[in-house]
Amino acid sequence: MMTKLNSGFGYALLGASLGALTLSGTAANAAEQITFVSQGGAYQQAQTVAILDPSAKKLGITINQDSIPDAWPAIKTQVGSGKPIWDVVDTPTGYCLRGGEQGLIEKLDFSKIPNAAAMPEAYRNPYSVSYEFYSSVLAYSQKTFPKDAPNSWVDFWDVKKFPGRRALRNHPIATLEAALMADGVAPDKLYPLDVDRAFKKLEEIKPHITVWWTSGAQSAQLLNDGEVDMEMAWNGRVSAVAKEGAKVAFTYNQGVLQSTSLCILKGAPNLETAVKFLNEAVDPVHQANLPLHIDYGPGNPKAFETNVIKPERAAQLPSEPVNAAKQALMSYAWWSSPAGEAAEKRWASFMQK
Amino acid sequence: MTSTPDPSQKQQRREHGLMLALVSPALLVILALIVLPVGWLAWQSIYHDGFTLENYRRVFTEDIYWRSFALTFEISLAVTGIALLLGYPVAYLANSVPKGWSILILSLVVLPFWTGVLVRAYAWLALLQRTGVINQLLRYLDVTSEPLALVHNTFGAVVATVHILLPFMVLPLYATMQKIPSDLMQAGASLGASPSLTFVRVFLPLSLPGVLAGCTMVFVLCLGFYITPELLGGGRTVMVSMLVSRNVELYNQFGAASAVAVVLLASVLLIFAVVSRFISLDRILGQK
Repeated sequence: MMTKLNSGFGYALLGASLGALTLSGTAANAAEQITFVSQGGAYQQAQTVAILDPSAKKLGITINQDSIPDAWPAIKTQVGSGKPIWDVVDTPTGYCLRGGEQGLIEKLDFSKIPNAAAMPEAYRNPYSVSYEFYSSVLAYSQKTFPKDAPNSWVDFWDVKKFPGRRALRNHPIATLEAALMADGVAPDKLYPLDVDRAFKKLEEIKPHITVWWTSGAQSAQLLNDGEVDMEMAWNGRVSAVAKEGAKVAFTYNQGVLQSTSLCILKGAPNLETAVKFLNEAVDPVHQANLPLHIDYGPGNPKAFETNVIKPERAAQLPSEPVNAAKQALMSYAWWSSPAGEAAEKRWASFMQK
Repeated sequence: MTSTPDPSQKQQRREHGLMLALVSPALLVILALIVLPVGWLAWQSIYHDGFTLENYRRVFTEDIYWRSFALTFEISLAVTGIALLLGYPVAYLANSVPKGWSILILSLVVLPFWTGVLVRAYAWLALLQRTGVINQLLRYLDVTSEPLALVHNTFGAVVATVHILLPFMVLPLYATMQKIPSDLMQAGASLGASPSLTFVRVFLPLSLPGVLAGCTMVFVLCLGFYITPELLGGGRTVMVSMLVSRNVELYNQFGAASAVAVVLLASVLLIFAVVSRFISLDRILGQK
C-alpha cells in the first residue's frame, strides 16, 4: 500500500478506495449472520415473533430466513455440493439423526450449548436438539360421539362399540405405534417396535379404514366435512378446525409425541454463530413464547417453568408434562435404525394388498 | 468438388445458419433445464460410489413395483377409454356445428386448464364426498338411503383424472376431424348410405389417426399422474409416481427414485415407438 501511495495521485486514489473496500469488508464480517430454514407458513411466522427476532436482537446477529416444506433433499444436495448455504435447519428429528449418521449434519458439542445440555436426554441426540413438539392424536367428531367418545387406540380398533368411519395416516410412523397400543402395549414400552405384531393388528382395522390420508390439510378436511367420524391427526390441525367452529375434539391419551429439531449442516458457512444461535433458540423463555402464537409445544420442557405460559394454555399443549405423560414419546433413534427403515419399506406393500 | 460454390447452395447454407441461430436459445434452455437434469438423475440411478444395478434389481424383483406398474397401466387404460368415449362426441359436435359454436365448445373444453390441478382435485372432493353435492342430491331425491362411496377410492381418482386429461383427447380428435372433407359424407349419402353407415364406413376410419393421437397423449400423461390419485384415491391407489417420491424418502438416494422414473420413461418411449409404427409422431405431438 505504501509504494502505491508514493507512486502518485492516481495510485493514491486507488489505494484509498481499496482501503475503503477492505474496511467495509471487515464491517460486514463483524456483523455475524446465519441462514435459518424452517417450513414456512404460519408456523415460521410464529417462530419469527417468538424466537428468531428476540434471539437475533440478544446475540446481535442477523438471521436470514429461508423456508422449504421438506428440507431433506435440499440438505443432501447442499452438503453434497461441498458448499452449503444454509446453517441451521428446523426439520423432523428423524432427518437430523439420519443426516448425522450419513455425515450431512454437524455433531454437536453440548458444552457450547448449555440450554440444550440442561434438557432431558430424550429431548436431544448427538446431532440435534428438540425445537417444538406436536402429537399424533386420536381425534373424533362430537356430532357422532356427543358422549362416550373413543379415548384410546383400543377404542379406535373396536368397531362394534364405536361404529363409524375411520381414517389413518398413509405412513408407518406413529401408525405402527398406535397399532401396538391398540394391541395392549403400554405407551412407554413400545420400543423397539414389534413390527410383525403391529402390521398384524393393522390388517385387522384395514377393512374399516375409509381414507389413508397423506397431508395434514386433508386430515383436517376429512374431519371437518364429516367424511370420517374418527381418525389419527396432528393436534394442531384438529384444534384449528375446532377453532373455526367444527364439532370436533381429540384426546392426548395414547397420542404419539413427535418433534422437529434444530440441526446444523455439515460445513455450514457460519458454524460458530450457528452454534450460538442454537443455544439461544432453545432458551426456556423464547421457547415459552412459541405456544403463545401457535398450537405447538415448546421443545424445551423448562419452558413450562418460566410462568410465561398460563396454566390453562399449557394444558392444551402436547408437551406439557401432564399431557406428555399420557403419550408415547417417539423414538427417532429406532425409526432411523435398520429395523425402523425395514418397517418403513414394508408400508407400501401393506397398502397395496 | 468445384472451387466456386454454387450461389443457391450458399444461400441455403446461410438459411440453415440463421435457423440454427434462431433455435439455439430454445435448444440451450431444453438442454440446461431438461436434458442435463434428467441425464444427471438417470446417471445417479446406476452410479453411487461405483457402478451399481441395485436400484434396478429392486424395481424388477420387489413385488410392490410390479403391482404399482400394473395398477398405473390399468388406471391409465381406464382413463383413456373413458376419455375417448366422452371426448369423441364432443369433438364430433364441435366439428359439425357452425364456427361460432365450435369455438364456444372448444373454449369450454379448454377452460379448466386455467385452474390448478390441486384446486380441481379439491373441487371433485367437494362434489363426490359423503356430504358432497352429488350424494346430498341423491338422498334428497330419495335415490339412495346411504351415501355412495364415490371418492377415496379408484373410482374418484379415475373420474378426476379423466376430467383433467379430457382436453388432450378432444383437441387432437377435433384437429383430425376438421381435415375430413365434408364432401365425402355427401358422396356417401348420394350413393344411398344411411347417415350411420357413412359414419361407420367413412368418417370413423378417417378419424382414427386422431383417436390414436388422443389416446396416446392421455395414456402417457396419465402414467405420471401424482396429485390427483394421491388426494382422491384414499391412499389405496399406489401409482408409480408415488413410489418415486416414496423412494426419495426411504432410501435417501435420488438414484433409488430415478430408477423408477427411468423405467417409467422407458415404457413411455416404448409406447411411442410402437405407436409411431402406425402414425407419424408429428401428428400426436405437433397436431399437423
